[in-house]
Amino acid sequence: MKYLPLIWATLWRKKTRTIFTLLSVVVAFLLFGMLETVAHAFAHPSSGITGADKLVTTNKYSITLALPFSDAQQIRSVPGVSEVTWMSWFGGYYQESKNFVFALPIDTDSYFNLHRGEFIVDEGQLQAFRNTRTGALLNSALMKKFGWKVGDKVPLHSTIWTQKSDGSLDWTFDVVGSFSVKDPTQASAQSLTLLFHYELFDEGRSFGKGNVSWFEERVSDPSQALAISNRIDALFANSPNETKTQPANDFQMAFIKQFGDIGFVLRAILGAVFFTLLFLTGNTMMQSVRERIPELAVLKTLGFGDGKVLGLVLAESLLLCVMAAFIGLALSYATLPIIKQGLQGLELSPKALIPGIGAAVLLALIVGLPPALRAMRLNIVDALADKR
Amino acid sequence: MFKQFAAVISMSLQTLPQRMGASSVIVIGIAGVVAVLVSVLAMGAGFRHTLADTGRPDRVIILRGGSDAELNSNLTRTDADTISNAPGLAKDAGGRALVSSELVTVVNVPKIDTGTDANVTLRGVGLRVAEVRPELKIVNGRMFRPAVRELIAGSGAAKQFRGLAVGSVLHLRNADWTVTGVFTSNGDVHESELLADVDTVGSSVERNGYSSAVALLTGAAEFSGFKDALTTDPQLKVDVQREPDYYAAQSKQLTKIINVVGKTVAIIMAIGAMFGALNSMYSAVAARGLEIATLRAIGFGALPVLLSVMMEALLLSLLGGIIGASLAWLFFNGHSVSTLGGAFAQVVFQLTVTRTLIITGIVWACIIGLLGGFFPALRAARLPVAEALRAA
Repeated sequence: MKYLPLIWATLWRKKTRTIFTLLSVVVAFLLFGMLETVAHAFAHPSSGITGADKLVTTNKYSITLALPFSDAQQIRSVPGVSEVTWMSWFGGYYQESKNFVFALPIDTDSYFNLHRGEFIVDEGQLQAFRNTRTGALLNSALMKKFGWKVGDKVPLHSTIWTQKSDGSLDWTFDVVGSFSVKDPTQASAQSLTLLFHYELFDEGRSFGKGNVSWFEERVSDPSQALAISNRIDALFANSPNETKTQPANDFQMAFIKQFGDIGFVLRAILGAVFFTLLFLTGNTMMQSVRERIPELAVLKTLGFGDGKVLGLVLAESLLLCVMAAFIGLALSYATLPIIKQGLQGLELSPKALIPGIGAAVLLALIVGLPPALRAMRLNIVDALADKR
Repeated sequence: MFKQFAAVISMSLQTLPQRMGASSVIVIGIAGVVAVLVSVLAMGAGFRHTLADTGRPDRVIILRGGSDAELNSNLTRTDADTISNAPGLAKDAGGRALVSSELVTVVNVPKIDTGTDANVTLRGVGLRVAEVRPELKIVNGRMFRPAVRELIAGSGAAKQFRGLAVGSVLHLRNADWTVTGVFTSNGDVHESELLADVDTVGSSVERNGYSSAVALLTGAAEFSGFKDALTTDPQLKVDVQREPDYYAAQSKQLTKIINVVGKTVAIIMAIGAMFGALNSMYSAVAARGLEIATLRAIGFGALPVLLSVMMEALLLSLLGGIIGASLAWLFFNGHSVSTLGGAFAQVVFQLTVTRTLIITGIVWACIIGLLGGFFPALRAARLPVAEALRAA
């Protein structure tokens, strides 16, 4: 610690150079923070369904093929399944296709029983939802996005489902209330959700009646999840609609993986950034030590040991890199809200920034070691004789 | 003036090897930026090309009104008959309209690299598909036969997904389907798909009807007449689009995301590299202090000195840009990847390092170099001659 002023002084020996080096390391860690949080979000997707006790059952051959609603009775009878609910993909948007709304026809009783304790919803509004055939319960973020309030009539366009009555693709719902998700890590995955009655949906649609897109199950013992999945799938093994049941988190992960290896792409970019930076900072450190050879020789003459000189140069490199890393990571933390807007449905966690400090120390050692070793091996006589 | 400039620049270039370390910082720093920029944009370009190369202006796609994508759409057999009788359609030798009524479904096929299921399009096509889509060529095996469970796989799909080689068997919904051939289709999006007979697919997924109809017109100019005939028919509620328009709309969103991400990362990285360039050029100017002062003392102007420093930065960054773009081209051009496209199904595409991208990369390199060289050049030009000479 007592050498800190000395290290600090040598670090700022050439102000402009140190500032520029510092800034380029800051930039690298800004990128590190931004790309790592996104990579982390892709590797740990939030399904919007909390907990390891949830399973999802889809058609084995294609997520776009439906399953008969009647499967629910059989699934419910599987030992270990404590609740089952069903949903259909509505493919809805409001006015323009870019205004996607995750409209979800649900069976109210089983849905809220399965997800009990996960939503914050006003009892009165929930009751109003149960009592209103055309009622819709919206995520409060979705309400805010379009400025809707309780009592509004909201027309949604479905890209798939025509109405039996008039062949139209437009469905109108009455906003009866809002809900929000308790678990903050699941909140953004649910931010565009609009819940409405499966009964209304099934009676209203002109085709596909009695079919659902997927089932969700809750199991009483999460450690049995895999065995129960297999038991559910065995029920329908030789039926025309074979099923594929998996934990909700795996289901989400498989979907994310369909986009490709995004983590690899992001880390490849980071690799390029750090290689470039390594070169740049390493060069500056080398140059700075080269210019200071006479000074270092003087230190040695004064009795500083080889190890101490090595330590001084390394500490200088460490100070530079860690300082820059902190600034860069703090800046990237500030950009998180902007990235979040671009990546709707992904949860960004600042936890991903922690490895940045480790990366800074590693970087400091790699760029600091060659000049530090050079400083350590200096021969006093030669070094003093050489002007440079 | 020009002579002075030439003399100074040749001098600075001759001393360049002595400043190898610092100069290589510029080259490598900028090469890194350009390599990242060009590689990421090559992804967007490849995806866009795959979809942009799909379809031709005289071919149209008909969907149920308001459906946006084939997967959501639904046409009845009556709709299909009405469409076949519309004006402007090309006919085969027997006088039958060149229309392929198609049924698009998505099936789970594992990706080779991750082993996890991916949504692959299984497209049921009509009997006249070969005439409607003449670009479709079987490169291995043979065409599927109607009424039996046979399918052909696009060359892109065969490379990315498991079990699609000729002769292999795919188990789909209680039935075994044999892969009888692999086809190419001008490198378009259909190469990511599986094709089979539309009625066989329909019976397999228990769907009576179609998703879309693809029709060849006698000429691109017939489009509006054909479209009007269908959209004014009160019995029909359809959207009629030229194929290129339909596919271009599907590539828009992802291409935009890739471009925004690629450019944002590259801009931030470029700022970092610029600081590196500033450092290097300042130290270059410092190292040449005596030389520059001497030149000024014997009558060289400030401007040639300034230009020579800028020129040095420009040349180094140009070199960096070329190296970066070449690396991107060497490693990634033609690299085949797949992602979930706009239509909820996998699109296989190749990273394409186009000439435009290479030029973009090099232009970026030069801009970074000029920005990084300007302030050091200014310092060089303003160097107080007497002091600099004395300091040496």
